Amino acid sequence: MSVKLSTRQVGDVSVVDVAGRITLGEGSSAMRDTLREMVGKNQKKILLNLGEVSYIDSSGIGELVSGFTTVTNSGGQLKLLNLNKRVKDLLQITKLYTVFDVHEDEAGAIRSFS
Amino acid sequence: MRDNKQHAAETVERFLDSTLESVDSAEEIALGVAQRAGFDEDDLMKIGMAVRESMVNAVVHGNRYNAHKKVRFSVAHNSQRYTVCIADEGEGFDFATIPDPLSPENLMRTSGRGIFLIRSFMDEFQMRHLELGGTEVTLVKYLVSK
Repeated sequence: MSVKLSTRQVGDVSVVDVAGRITLGEGSSAMRDTLREMVGKNQKKILLNLGEVSYIDSSGIGELVSGFTTVTNSGGQLKLLNLNKRVKDLLQITKLYTVFDVHEDEAGAIRSFS
Repeated sequence: MRDNKQHAAETVERFLDSTLESVDSAEEIALGVAQRAGFDEDDLMKIGMAVRESMVNAVVHGNRYNAHKKVRFSVAHNSQRYTVCIADEGEGFDFATIPDPLSPENLMRTSGRGIFLIRSFMDEFQMRHLELGGTEVTLVKYLVSK
């Protein structure tokens, strides 16, 4: 299964539910397109829910970094929600875990934007 | 780590096209052999990712998706070592130019973490320039009984 992204609005926060594999090719480009589109629509508060992500490679990590930079440079905030152990381990060994604002429950993550 | 069962030695070799489908195929073959060698779930994840990153390097950066160039992929294990070799037909690169993705100036780069992850997940990792052109990488994971 490749990646599947769906977006929903919770108050003024745009939540992107990501499921599947974020790998070089379709997976990473789908995430890039979604985030760029959201920035294009001037959405400033973006929460990436990675709870259903089964696999992420270095290209996927690169897309997370790219998305973070794109959103931050446009004056917005991108936060991460529900990292599974694999994704969390990867962000830790690449020293990116502390770069992102990571949350474990959605309500708390939503509140943190305000 | 692997269990205490005896696992028969095995070798698989393939010549793969320079496509992303080949990356998936190589990962699948490597994981099949690793599973039969007795690696646990955690090691299988590490091996799968290391093979995937190596194959992406061969297909994308080495052969640059060139339909006329192949990737030689082999995976083998004996009682002590699980070994994957991946060779491309690209122009090669200067190994000394590989950046450290953990240094502050590289931390927010969107690429350049592949080789770092391979080194992190395998027990041994070697790169060499091939005489007739191309780069070969060798990945080793030790088979140590619990």
